[in-house]
Amino acid sequence: MLESQEKERFELCVLPHLDAAFNLARWLLRDRRDAEDVAQDAVLRAYRFFNTFRAGDARAWLLQIVRNCCYDWLQKNRPAELQDELQEEVLASKELSPEDLALAHQNRDRLANALQSLPPHFREFLVLRELEGCSYKEIAAITSRPLGSIMSGLARARQQLREALMAEGQPRKEVRRAL
Amino acid sequence: MPCNYVNDRLHGYLDNELDAAGAADFERHLQTCARCSRALETERAWREELSTAQLYERAPARLRDALRQVGKMERSPSAETVNWKWLAIAAAFLLVATSGLLTWNRWRSRDGAPALAVAAVDAHLRSLQPGHLADVESSDQHTVKPWFDGRIDFAPKVADFSSAGFRLLGGRLDVLNGRTVAALVFNRRKHIINVFIAQPGSIPMPSGLGSSQGYRWLAWESGGLDYIAVTDAGAADLENLRTLLAQE
Repeated sequence: MLESQEKERFELCVLPHLDAAFNLARWLLRDRRDAEDVAQDAVLRAYRFFNTFRAGDARAWLLQIVRNCCYDWLQKNRPAELQDELQEEVLASKELSPEDLALAHQNRDRLANALQSLPPHFREFLVLRELEGCSYKEIAAITSRPLGSIMSGLARARQQLREALMAEGQPRKEVRRAL
Repeated sequence: MPCNYVNDRLHGYLDNELDAAGAADFERHLQTCARCSRALETERAWREELSTAQLYERAPARLRDALRQVGKMERSPSAETVNWKWLAIAAAFLLVATSGLLTWNRWRSRDGAPALAVAAVDAHLRSLQPGHLADVESSDQHTVKPWFDGRIDFAPKVADFSSAGFRLLGGRLDVLNGRTVAALVFNRRKHIINVFIAQPGSIPMPSGLGSSQGYRWLAWESGGLDYIAVTDAGAADLENLRTLLAQE
């Protein structure tokens, strides 16, 4: 009976955040199928450790587990993706005008490609903030980073995303000039 | 002239994450720094692109079904060693046995026991059942607002904030603490937000931000009415919606 109450509590607290769990895994792993497996694994792990969750932000708690599962999975299956970011270079800050923006003419695919081209440690900032709407405090909790580092992390992630989009937008620019 | 605000502070401002003094400080700076004003405008445009690109991907039904029976799955054989599993089960049992009922009872009314917040979260959950979301489905405020006429004895403010990313889905009547309240339904990045509106004093409203059963709620008073909003999205979204409703 106690066990069934615990189960009910788990279903009420954690399962509403299944979309969030899947979405984070999907963007960290860049693959729906892998995300499904890892998200499932993460939720089962969450269930196993549910007694360590007291009260508070169930979404952040679950996403923290999902994130750990994703990095474990990447470490095991695609370690190269995690090494990339060790050599990430400091991107020069470039100002982009609204005209550049219009030129880039993003659509879902281009944005998705650009997002996926970022190292996972930057990608997660954007997924948590822009897709999931997490506060800085929640992002800090989920990613186990100091709260004070989130603002600059997001600033850099946004900058990188723009650079990635601009790189993609380059041919378009030339076409337009030729016309 | 180099501007040391542009890189980080601007993002804190954009995300509503600066404290009041910090935000005021930055706004003062914006008035004198054309570069920051431009950069802020550009950031907002980018963010708009991102939020309208529909990048959010929901969990497939298969995964949802698989996890609905999470208790059953737990008992099926797994890669874990038996020893580990027995240890976990024993530990879990001990914890549950010692604190189970107590925790459960407290769970329903934690965070300073805002019973009304728990009721609002329950109403939010009910609204997510098929067919329960809206009595009047429309993103047109001129359809939704008149619908409330004669159904409740106050006139709630109704508006669509699609341009800010909060799309009005409709309205319905709901019951909190035995009182009829107006409920407005918004869609935020595929998350549903219920905003319950009541006459002041009719129900014991909590105040501020909290969470219950994994959902966020935010309660406030504005224009002579009590509001409580509930969602599975972030606290920042609730704060933004409150600001939008207050400006209306």
